[in-house]
Amino acid sequence: MAVKVLRRRDLTVWEKLYIPQIASGLKVTTAHLLRNLLLHSAHRLGLLQNRRAAVTFQYPEELRPLAPRFRSRHRLTVRDDGTPRCVGCMLCETVCPAHCITIVAGEHPDPNVEKYPVRFDIDLGVCVYCGYCVEVCPEDAIRMDTGILDVAAYSRDAMKLDIHELMNPSLRKPLTACMLEFPHECRLAGGEVSTRDHQRRN
Amino acid sequence: MPTLTIDGRQIDSPDGSTVIQAAETLGIFIPRYCYHPGLSIAGNCRICLIEVEKNPKLQIACNTPVADGMVVHTSSVKADEGRRAVLEFLLANHPLDCPVCDQSGECDLQNFYMNFGLYDPRFREQKIKKKKAVAVGPHVMLDQERCILCSRCVRFTDEISKTGEFGIFNRGDRAEVGLYPGQQLDNPYSGNVVDICPVGALTDRDFRFKARVWYLSSAPTVCNGCAQGCNVDVHYVLDRPHLNDGARILRVKPRYNADVNQWWMCDEGRYGFGWIDKGRLTKVRRQGAGATWEQAVAGITEELTKVGERDPERGTCLRLGVIASPQLTNEELFLIREIFQRALGARVTASVPMPAGNSDNFLIRADKNPNTHGAALIGLTDATAPDAAAIVAETLEGQLDALWVFGYDLTKLVADEDLQRLSRSLRLFVFSGTNDNPTAGCSHWALPTAAYLEKEGTFVNAHGRVQRIGRAFPPLSDSREDWRVLLEIAGRLNLGFAWRSPEEIFQALARSVTPFAGLTYERIGLHGASLMTDASVAEVAVT
Ligand code: SF4
Ligand code: SF4
Ligand code: SF4
Ligand code: SF4
Ligand code: FES
Repeated sequence: MAVKVLRRRDLTVWEKLYIPQIASGLKVTTAHLLRNLLLHSAHRLGLLQNRRAAVTFQYPEELRPLAPRFRSRHRLTVRDDGTPRCVGCMLCETVCPAHCITIVAGEHPDPNVEKYPVRFDIDLGVCVYCGYCVEVCPEDAIRMDTGILDVAAYSRDAMKLDIHELMNPSLRKPLTACMLEFPHECRLAGGEVSTRDHQRRN
Repeated sequence: MPTLTIDGRQIDSPDGSTVIQAAETLGIFIPRYCYHPGLSIAGNCRICLIEVEKNPKLQIACNTPVADGMVVHTSSVKADEGRRAVLEFLLANHPLDCPVCDQSGECDLQNFYMNFGLYDPRFREQKIKKKKAVAVGPHVMLDQERCILCSRCVRFTDEISKTGEFGIFNRGDRAEVGLYPGQQLDNPYSGNVVDICPVGALTDRDFRFKARVWYLSSAPTVCNGCAQGCNVDVHYVLDRPHLNDGARILRVKPRYNADVNQWWMCDEGRYGFGWIDKGRLTKVRRQGAGATWEQAVAGITEELTKVGERDPERGTCLRLGVIASPQLTNEELFLIREIFQRALGARVTASVPMPAGNSDNFLIRADKNPNTHGAALIGLTDATAPDAAAIVAETLEGQLDALWVFGYDLTKLVADEDLQRLSRSLRLFVFSGTNDNPTAGCSHWALPTAAYLEKEGTFVNAHGRVQRIGRAFPPLSDSREDWRVLLEIAGRLNLGFAWRSPEEIFQALARSVTPFAGLTYERIGLHGASLMTDASVAEVAVT
């Protein structure tokens, strides 16, 4: 790979004098202060409503509105019978540039569905939030519309979402009980495939 | 021989050949569903349409015999339009199953649609529903909705396996492929229908949902299931261990070889690869405790140097017995001969008792070892060599002081107590092999060695054809190739071999064992080479 050396522009004499630069910086700050002071006072009086002034959000108590196409934490959409809409086609696993999706497919009891994921993990510690997985999915089975932004954990392992958390975004670690009624690879059962209801394939 | 022009290029094609064959020799691919070079011609799918000049209608390339002066266009606008129309019919009732279909990624419906389909669907009616996910036999799953009724599978069971389980029933858009009443698709070649089905109507139950085909890597090799040595490709995944519980091999597919297996292989070979990933020896063990390769090689050579020396107590020479295996490659058997038989004067055999398996007069051979023929040529199974039972008997009588067993499980020959006794009486008892067994448990040294897919080498099949097995992936964890272990020991024994790879060993083998004369890895290539007959050996000697 060729190395390109970028030279920083030398300062002019005017810039080296320092004091004029401080003055011009203060000018910008003061202009913002006065403008916001004026606009917020005017808004109080019901005037100039169409001009926006700077505000501070009290995050996390107060949440910023998200654009509809904003990419937040993933979820898996669910069929009426409680199984995931995902058919385990592994296209998202294939397209994911970060290689953070792990899918193992199994036989769905309904031959018209045929296939579904017994395991579906996303490692959010690795995910780059590109949204390709959503775009490639032929079944509208994975979405990034939960609005959840506060993805944080104390360990890398805890950054891994499994099928429980993906199908029910309100779940937060540590998970205590498994509510899924179909066979899946269950962290609560030590990563074994739980066979609560249907049989696993073969 | 008629001369015809295909896409502006002239070709002489034999009488009675068809346009699709003539085009193939020119390297022009004409799409096909029902045509298969190994089956009779059905001409029912119509995807192979071509334009023949002076002929008002499009013709099917698979069933149009070549004629002198014929001018063919395989990808003219008219031909492409014809194919697009055919595809539209084929897909009218086709389900939108690609995300769940195991064929997806290697499906000719997908491929040809991308090549010249690309139409917007006009079929607004309800699609016909048929049966999905029907297990038609122990290995094959049928999805009637995905079938395009090309009849390849029907012709296969009629003409190749000659078992006739499949038929096409009903008519029109209700026509469907199925089994005759009371039948199961359980013939010994049933897996082949999955390969020839151009779509995802017939899929493998063993491979079902384990991976997507675009995850698979492929390596050419030879099946080691029997002495036929069918050419195969193994499909494996190394970078996604969550698939298939960490097993590397996902499936085996036959590879075309006109002289050995054509397009086919048997189910036993196709599904018999489980041992390569399961039950393997992974660590060097000394008397059951963990050890390293360095310790093993040093310890074993130390004992081997004493072979041939006079035992002061008994006043006889220390003697070594070696039970080699017809599962080993020619290179390894040659090394065994050179090191153990020639240099150390050991009693060496490669004839181990193996119950004869089922066989037929198509591919399946009763001899379930891949390299019996090679072992015989190298002289490890001929009349002068003892057999495994004799060596074990000699050991039990105390005539042998050291024993090396390659892969064979001695409990097939002797009772457990005898094996224990044998283990106690021997000064050195080495077992090297791929999978764990009671013999490995009783041995002094258990050496994990590479499975045949993990090493380079050659086998000789029952028809005297030398074939390379290639190396698909590196040996599992701590295991090593037998040839590497043997070379290392030869080095320690100062035998002065200059070989560093199976290829170099093979060159030495070709110089020393006459039937191999003149052969090299390059000449063997991907399709193997026949061994020299006596006549051709003489010819080489003259030139
Ligand atoms: S958002 Fe991108 S990186 Fe994250 S899981 Fe989806 S495809 Fe992978
Ligand atoms: S692309 Fe969609 S249907 Fe396919 S595996 Fe991913 S989430 Fe499931
Ligand atoms: S047979 Fe081919 S086109 Fe049909 S569902 Fe399977 S992959 Fe798709
Ligand atoms: S099952 Fe496959 S091979 Fe058999 S007729 Fe249908 S498409 Fe052809
Ligand atoms: S391939 Fe020619 S008609 Fe099917």
